Amino acid sequence: MARMKFLCDADRCIDCNACVTACKNENEVPWGINRRRVVTINDGKPGERSVSMACMHCTDPPCAAVCPVNCIYPTEDGIVLHSKDVCIGCGYCFYACPFGAPQYPKVGNFGSRGKMDKCTYCAGGGGDEPSGSAEEFAKYGSNRFGEGKLPLCAEMCSTKSLLAGDGDIIAQIYKERVLKRGYGSGAWGWLTAYHEGIEV
Amino acid sequence: MTFLARVRLVIVAVMLIGTVASAPAIAQKLGPDGAPNPTASVTSERDLLKQFRRVEGRIDIPDSKAAVLIQPAGRTWDYFHEVLLHWGGAFVILGTVALLGLAYLILGRIRIAAGRSGQKVLRFKAFERFSHWLTAVSFVALGLTGLNISFGKIVLLPLIGPNAFSSLSEAAKYVHNFTSFSFMAGLVLIAVIFLRDNLLERVDIDWLRQGGGFIKGKHAPAGRFNLGEKLVYWLSLAAGVAVSLSGLLLLFPFYGTDIADMQLAQVVHAVVAIFFVALILAHIYIGTLGMEGAFEAMGTGEVDLNWAKEHHDLWLARQLASENRQGEPSATPAE
Repeated sequence: MARMKFLCDADRCIDCNACVTACKNENEVPWGINRRRVVTINDGKPGERSVSMACMHCTDPPCAAVCPVNCIYPTEDGIVLHSKDVCIGCGYCFYACPFGAPQYPKVGNFGSRGKMDKCTYCAGGGGDEPSGSAEEFAKYGSNRFGEGKLPLCAEMCSTKSLLAGDGDIIAQIYKERVLKRGYGSGAWGWLTAYHEGIEV
Repeated sequence: MTFLARVRLVIVAVMLIGTVASAPAIAQKLGPDGAPNPTASVTSERDLLKQFRRVEGRIDIPDSKAAVLIQPAGRTWDYFHEVLLHWGGAFVILGTVALLGLAYLILGRIRIAAGRSGQKVLRFKAFERFSHWLTAVSFVALGLTGLNISFGKIVLLPLIGPNAFSSLSEAAKYVHNFTSFSFMAGLVLIAVIFLRDNLLERVDIDWLRQGGGFIKGKHAPAGRFNLGEKLVYWLSLAAGVAVSLSGLLLLFPFYGTDIADMQLAQVVHAVVAIFFVALILAHIYIGTLGMEGAFEAMGTGEVDLNWAKEHHDLWLARQLASENRQGEPSATPAE
């Protein structure tokens, strides 16, 4: 059984934000929500690095643990999905998420957040809608995963900085890159998300 | 050799030495293939997280929350919320219920020792009772809906299923958010109208020395409120202010707060609320089951004369004195 993960090779990311655009377009993400974003560390200073970040689909996902209505769960592939029918918009998953992944379509005052939205690994939704249906697309976006494809953000990354796929395989690709070029700033977020970094 | 030539020689020599000395430093910055190593000055995620609680950077979108790249504190908050709060909260609340049950078994219902006199004394005016019940009803609604957010998925979800529980919890969330305002209004009213009678007095020490009226056959002296009631007043006021302020932060997320502040606000809100519920459980017990003749003070507003004699002798004496002075047949409200 594959364990799906994301890995951003920050030494290759050029902050082009194409992953952000691809995600928004592929999933028709509502206004004000960025399922994926690019954050630049040490902007304008030596050693500046950009990291593309979305839901990391954590091991022991903290969002799922704190959800008061248990609407978030990991699938057998390790993809963290949720049901918008069950979500009550309490905002707790955002407090628990180490990566700022869960977001809400409304401002949030007086608890009026609306239904939580987050990266689905382009694997549709965790609700009752049939896989690949129009209803599923309207609520959660694309279900590329059901068609055997990987998330579009990683698939179209021009520098192949963003990797998606089975955790062991993308970790191996990253290790080979680091060995060949002689440096690597690490697999950002892996320690927090999966309780393990990638040692080269 | 002219002086100028010597100076030139020294400068060249110094530059040469400098170049030789700095060569190893440059070599360290080169990669294994001889190319400059672009990561030489990169701070790794591990080092950043050792220095700071979270990794932040610049982001192109206006949402400043999104500039936080990694905040491992989310997992800590998860641990608080799912382990400490569940076990600690259950221990405090069930422990309080067990203690009150034990008190009932040992002490039983504290009776009016002299029996009912049939004569009534006004203890709480209508407006005082309104303020109390406004706060009380709000508190019960807030307490139940708040406990649902923490314990509902353990207790209620298996009973009624995910869809019904979701609808209920969403309604509960809105009840919790809007009832908070009537609670805060009630809290302000209670704080103001009962302040004077809750200031500590000398008699409170005597009350404590005599066992607070919990020793059978003895009746400790007290004014309008005894020390136990004063403690409930002051603790409720402190807890009420703490849950109100932290609750307002949670109602308006990220207004001048960041992710760490929001987590802290939730922790304060939850911990104080658990102890507040325990305190009010004890308050409800003593006002209903625990003591004969106590509930009617807040129910109808009038208490039996003998009850007042036994529990609030100094207050009753003042009441009767002022009645006699005014020469009115009916009791005047307590002041």
